[in-house]
Amino acid sequence: MSTLPRALTLPAQPATTAQAARRAARRRARQERSTAWAFIGPSVVVILGLSVVPVVWSLLLSFRADDLVTPGRWVGLDNYRALAQDPNFRTAVGNTLLYAALYVPLSLVGGLALALALNRRIRLIGLYRTLVFIPFVVSATAQGVLFSFILDPEFGVANALLHHLGISAQGFLADPDQALYLLVLISLWSGVGFCVVVYLAALQDVPPELVEAARIDGAGRAQVLRHVTLPALTPVTVFLLLWQLITALQVFDLIYVTTKGGPLGSTTVIVYFVWQQAFQMFTAGYGAASAYVLALALLVAGGALRVVRRRQGRTEGGVR
Amino acid sequence: MSARRVSAWHLVLAPLALCFALPFVWLLLSSVMSNAEINRFPPALWPKGVDLGGYRYVLGNALFPRWFANSLIVASVAVVSNLLLGSLGGYAFARMRFAGSRLLLGLMLATMVVPFQLTMIPTFLMMKWFGLIDSLGALIVPSLVTPFAVFLFRQFFLALPREMEEAAWIDGCSRLRVLFSIVMPLARPALATVAVLTFLSTWNDLSWPLIAINHDTQYTLQLGLTTFQGQHHTKWSAVMAGNVITVVPVLVAFLLAQKTFIQSLTSSGLKG
Repeated sequence: MSTLPRALTLPAQPATTAQAARRAARRRARQERSTAWAFIGPSVVVILGLSVVPVVWSLLLSFRADDLVTPGRWVGLDNYRALAQDPNFRTAVGNTLLYAALYVPLSLVGGLALALALNRRIRLIGLYRTLVFIPFVVSATAQGVLFSFILDPEFGVANALLHHLGISAQGFLADPDQALYLLVLISLWSGVGFCVVVYLAALQDVPPELVEAARIDGAGRAQVLRHVTLPALTPVTVFLLLWQLITALQVFDLIYVTTKGGPLGSTTVIVYFVWQQAFQMFTAGYGAASAYVLALALLVAGGALRVVRRRQGRTEGGVR
Repeated sequence: MSARRVSAWHLVLAPLALCFALPFVWLLLSSVMSNAEINRFPPALWPKGVDLGGYRYVLGNALFPRWFANSLIVASVAVVSNLLLGSLGGYAFARMRFAGSRLLLGLMLATMVVPFQLTMIPTFLMMKWFGLIDSLGALIVPSLVTPFAVFLFRQFFLALPREMEEAAWIDGCSRLRVLFSIVMPLARPALATVAVLTFLSTWNDLSWPLIAINHDTQYTLQLGLTTFQGQHHTKWSAVMAGNVITVVPVLVAFLLAQKTFIQSLTSSGLKG
């Protein structure tokens, strides 16, 4: 701390003043404490009140049969047992895993490829970067409404283009064999921009001396990429992998707007299932139980993300 | 080699960038098409003239102006309140000593990993108990301050030098005055980041309004748009006009402050 207080309490002061000073310091500490609480009070109430309380409440709900209207009753683990048997829940888990298994790696690979292509100083590069990124800031609702129209089997421009090419009309989002894959494509269109931006930022941090040295040693472009650039990007890749996984496991808005989980349940994902149980079927306890199953998966991913970040922070600190 | 030579990369990048832009081009084009142009097969690929019927319908017959205002109110209140409460909380955690501060900070950080699905049912019940369901209050209260805003301000303040603040404090300035007249003017990057991300997440949200709002006068734009689409399946030009109205504020904000947007997103992702 500053040296000033010590300078103020130099020796040869009467005991009474020392006592008064101590009392003043104590008063100031008390004042400081109340100011601090006034500063953080509102945030504490809002944040903890709307997260810690609901988390516990949700857990209790998941052990109950509750319709949010009439008083519920305690059913123990019945909700969880029923979930394990529920074919609809199993479908939702399968759809979510398929969606994530496609979206996460494709967005990473696509993001890296685009970032490498965009990482050069040529004319119009700013425009190219902007266009690739812009879908990311548009809401999932707007994306969903737009693509419902583009992919509309009767009036959509997609079938019109196919018609011009002599290909027969497709069902697109109305076709249970196509819907989920098309949703992955729409999510990639909007989500890849985030990976591009993060990779572009990370590419600026790849030490140019390393690239230079590899070049001098006779490494070709592909070899520099494989042995210098990619290893330097590993921390960012791990971060993006977990981040995109968390995003993919929670997909909801786009599906609500486009397919509402259909056709034939082919796009019902876990969050959609939770929402349906709680706010459509009014089986809130069952919905809470399914939310807890998903939360467990997210917690694992989120925990891994924090561990990785902390380790990264440590190594970064070590280098600097 | 002349410096003027056009890079061959344009041949790769231009078509790629076009792929990302085309859906938006189609959005704009179809919003000014007449229903006759859209409702034939195959539909027209280019409008014959500019038909503003869709926009007229959306602004006259639907509640779009009301929804726009609702979205604007919710997003602005959330932005102002996150800046205020986030900076106050962040400052207390960064500079002031009080019992339990470390525990509280840890608890707040932990809530960042709690997924929305886990809290949505009890939050709905709490808002119902407060009598806020079906009003903008239900949308505003949960977004008054996020742990992200508090944490981001704390990190930013920790990186600022303390000397100036201490001088002012010893001169008898209150903590509040120190914060607002000395610290905040230096905190513009943090303010911009929190403002941008709060606006983006509240303006674009659909799931919570979907749960908390039933009455169509209280809809936000996102909720209104998706409901409108469900009810007007044959009026695609009107639906697209509504979609343009929903998208344009975010696009304008993004183009005006592109650098801030991108820095906010990368920094929140990488260092948050």
